Amino acid sequence: MKALANIWRNLPLKAKVGVGLFGFFLLAGIIGPIVQPYDPNAQTPLTLAAPSGQHWFGTTQTGQDIFSQVLTGIRLTLELSLLVGVIVTVVSVLVGVTGAFLGGVWDDTLSLITNVFLVIPPLPLLIILLGYLPDQGQTPTILVLSLLGWPWGARVIRAQTLAIRGRDFIDASRETGEKNWRIIIFELIPNEISLIAASFVNTVLYAIGASVALAFVGLTNVNEWSLGTILYWSQTDSALQVGAWWWYVPAGLAVALIGTSLVLLNSGLDELGSPRLRATRGTARVAGHRIWPTDPTPVLAQLQASRGRIGSFLYSFSRRSMLEGNAAGGDL
Amino acid sequence: MAPILEIDDLSVAYRSDGGDVHAVEHVNLTLNAGEVVGLCGESGSGKSTLAYGATRLLRPPALVTSGSVRYRGRRITQGGDPADILTMNHRELARIRWREVAIVFQSAMNALNPVLRVQDQILDAITAHLKLPRREAREKAANLLDLVGIPRARLRAFPHELSGGMRQRVMIAMALASDPEVVIMDEPTTALDVVVQRDILAQIVELKETLGFSVLFITHDLSLLLELADRIAVMYAGRLLETGNSAAIMREPAHPYTRGLLHSFPSLHGPRRELIGIPGTPPDLRDVKPGCPFIPRCSYTIPACAEVDMSLNPVVVPGPGSGLPAPVGGSHLTACPIVTPEEVSKEGVLS
Repeated sequence: MKALANIWRNLPLKAKVGVGLFGFFLLAGIIGPIVQPYDPNAQTPLTLAAPSGQHWFGTTQTGQDIFSQVLTGIRLTLELSLLVGVIVTVVSVLVGVTGAFLGGVWDDTLSLITNVFLVIPPLPLLIILLGYLPDQGQTPTILVLSLLGWPWGARVIRAQTLAIRGRDFIDASRETGEKNWRIIIFELIPNEISLIAASFVNTVLYAIGASVALAFVGLTNVNEWSLGTILYWSQTDSALQVGAWWWYVPAGLAVALIGTSLVLLNSGLDELGSPRLRATRGTARVAGHRIWPTDPTPVLAQLQASRGRIGSFLYSFSRRSMLEGNAAGGDL
Repeated sequence: MAPILEIDDLSVAYRSDGGDVHAVEHVNLTLNAGEVVGLCGESGSGKSTLAYGATRLLRPPALVTSGSVRYRGRRITQGGDPADILTMNHRELARIRWREVAIVFQSAMNALNPVLRVQDQILDAITAHLKLPRREAREKAANLLDLVGIPRARLRAFPHELSGGMRQRVMIAMALASDPEVVIMDEPTTALDVVVQRDILAQIVELKETLGFSVLFITHDLSLLLELADRIAVMYAGRLLETGNSAAIMREPAHPYTRGLLHSFPSLHGPRRELIGIPGTPPDLRDVKPGCPFIPRCSYTIPACAEVDMSLNPVVVPGPGSGLPAPVGGSHLTACPIVTPEEVSKEGVLS
């Protein structure tokens, strides 16, 4: 718990914002369908109403409450993208690590499969597959996105594993008689944890983008509410033409913000896997000065004597700065 | 001899969650022009931290908490004041690094880039600090390799095509690339066998004689320093315990710790004797107690040891016959209270 608190304290501001933003959407996804004010499918006579106290995000052409639709939609979209993220990460770690670590025929075979999947253009295939599949709901989308999402991660992780496999500590642990699986899980994977986490975050990002895009062109079950289907309906019912901005802006903004939160989160992940990076960042602030890793060794006396950038800016407004005899405000 | 690098009251601490680690505590050390000063101590005694702290090469968890480091090279101080390295900014430091104070890093294997040819790496060092036309720079690189005894044909070699000793020599050649005044050598021969070690050390001394730079030589091998250095500084737990001419240190080590180090390797001549190590381990540098840090491992401890301020005082030894103290030229200094004048009369302490 203390370690967690430490990690949180040492996270850069960007990552903290990312975590907060993503947590907000995660919460919305979890409790959304419970707290939604209306049934998102319920049609009312109040059509195309602008946002009001009653309908926060307004209503659709058939009088459905958009706020409720967005709340339900967030859950479905997040569910899909997180599941795709987990599946893709697991597959790419499995393929990448085993291939690189075992080498030989294993590596040749797995690399071949990876490369074959890599050259398949994903979006056209997605459209074709989902277009012909009998059931176009959530599950087939997850499966198809996972099937086409793993090769990139696998390649990156394979390369990293190859680099780490040659290091002395792997040889050393092999000498001490550790089993292969133990070396992989306890020696190798911890070195790649930031890479794996980053690949997970990127995959989630890709899944959100792809699923929304597929839903937007109608290649999903358009009767389920996801952020993509909201955009699909607003497009088919020409919300743009009639000026009903409240129909597509909330869903679009949600997609954009989730994406932003993931990108921000990514920037904090480097430090997860690198104790050295953590140590450096944790002490980068000395006597109010920010010390960059490339700076010369800081000297305490000097840091205390001079002000930081913000400090000197504030000082320039103070009475002391005038009294302390600089030309700007000294002798009158 | 004129002092060229004066380290004065330097303290370096590493900031950590468990409090500051006081790796170097109030150290005074002077390097004179043309002199080889050996800095010796066990692992973690702060030798490298002292050298890198004084040249501001340590990364952020490290922090210089007190002191000053004054550099007075010929080029920097022509009639001017010495330059204080601790008040310099990026640009001033870049000017002084390599051009004035060069460093031979600990392990040549890691300090050389495996994907670049030796030539390119030496050229990098030259072009970064000297304004030379390309042809002249290339010629200089070849001369540098000549200087350290590597055939110039090896300029086009990659680091992995050279032996460990040759790589170390390349590092030395790079350090000498811009004719520095001070060369800091951080255990340059630790990974090498004694024959190659001897070779390289002989070369360093020869180069020093011809080029006239000063050397701060960091090692844990006191026996090596006795051969090589003009002056030796013994470091323990972040403090200097003793400094003096190598001859003085060898003949009459003043501090019990130095004596322990000298007793822990065999001499080639003289009667056989049992080697005595120093029992115990170095103290935790996170909470520094007043007095001598060596107390727990010292067999001579007296009450004064717990209060001594660890400043270096001249060693006096009993004069011939009379039993009265007589000064020893003043260059042999120690922090040990037992061998300072008032305590020296206690018979047997120095025997």
